[in-house]
Amino acid sequence: MTADVRASIAARAARELRPGEVVNLGIGIPNLIPGLLGGAHVFLHTENGLLGVGPRPKDGELEPDLVDAAKQPVTALAGAAYFDSAESFAMIRGGHIDVAVLGALQVSIAGDIANWALPGKDVLGVGGAMDLVVGARRVIVTMTATSSTGEPKIVPECTYPLTARGAADVVVTELSVFRLREGGLVLTELLGDATVDQVLAATGARFEVDLEDRRAA
Amino acid sequence: MATAHGPIEPEEAVSAIRSGDTVLVGGFGLVGAPLTLIDALVERSDADELTIVSNNIGEPGRGLGKLLRQGRIKRGVSSFFTSNPEAVAAVNAGEIEATLVPQGTFAEAIRAAGAGIAGFLTPVGAGTVLSEGKEEHVVDGVPHVLERPIHGDVALVYAARGDELGNLWYRRTARNFNPLMATAARVTIAEVGEIVPVGQLEPESIHTPHLYVDELVLSR
Repeated sequence: MTADVRASIAARAARELRPGEVVNLGIGIPNLIPGLLGGAHVFLHTENGLLGVGPRPKDGELEPDLVDAAKQPVTALAGAAYFDSAESFAMIRGGHIDVAVLGALQVSIAGDIANWALPGKDVLGVGGAMDLVVGARRVIVTMTATSSTGEPKIVPECTYPLTARGAADVVVTELSVFRLREGGLVLTELLGDATVDQVLAATGARFEVDLEDRRAA
Repeated sequence: MATAHGPIEPEEAVSAIRSGDTVLVGGFGLVGAPLTLIDALVERSDADELTIVSNNIGEPGRGLGKLLRQGRIKRGVSSFFTSNPEAVAAVNAGEIEATLVPQGTFAEAIRAAGAGIAGFLTPVGAGTVLSEGKEEHVVDGVPHVLERPIHGDVALVYAARGDELGNLWYRRTARNFNPLMATAARVTIAEVGEIVPVGQLEPESIHTPHLYVDELVLSR
């Protein structure tokens, strides 16, 4: 997957965010979003206990007690607040986080998400993934349409260990945007030069098509 | 309680930990981890067969990763073992038992233990492999998992600042699980970066009131 593909997915996901929203960003593609927001101001929450995450620190401004959920150094913006982990996850489960943007290994056509464990691999790290997909008011999945071995990631049923059922509201890939409606994921937007046939070829499940805007770039 | 006397040596503090104990250890990775107390436990204690409750089992050779290398951990309760590949390898080799808990459930279960709550229902994890063996209850049409509190025999926490009574103030994201763990064990040992006289911490700024803290240790 090229950096361009990752950036294009992040850029499209960034346009789902509205000014003033409280947003939790997962590791990987979602972490590219802060650089792509333009003027739209959102408040970034990190589950290890900070609302108001700022940019990475400059050299010489490193603060060892200030990291994000990926344990990477960050800064805190004016108006930021710190809190303990129980309160942080109360915010998440309690529906106070407007949007979670995160990656996934598989999303089923019913919106089920599998994003924390590969079958046959060590199932030893879940972190806050389950809490976030259950608790955030909107869940945006950012992922490439297919895996590194070419397998579709949008599937009829998740075969990987589940994170939560029916949790994905929006799925953004390099080809398209799907939205969850009654009855399952619907293809609502084609990105770049992608065609419905291309999306079909990269998707392991049947889906409905209801294109909102053919040229939304 | 409160600390009736000043700080004690880390070696003396960790003598409260006995073989077979459940030890709650604060920190998100190494951020906010009581590294002086962990070193004392590694170097100056013989307690083994320990159950370690901590969000991560340190990093390779750092923090709780040192205790892991000594083979003194019988079981780990964590949300993310993966940050220490040696812990993952130890689990796969059958050298330690692993209980994996979603991070919010992990935090709330520790909070519940300190708050006298015998269990709680959360939608998180319902229908996944992490709820296997746990009671599920449907509430208002939504499946929930019954989670039980996580108690400790001893809690090891870190705060940037404490006063002589044991009131604690945490700095930035080093707070994480520390205030929760301070409430949830029979004996709480707080490692602090500095100790200030009583009255110097603003009452409104105290995160952990002193009644939760039994002993104070200064960071080395």
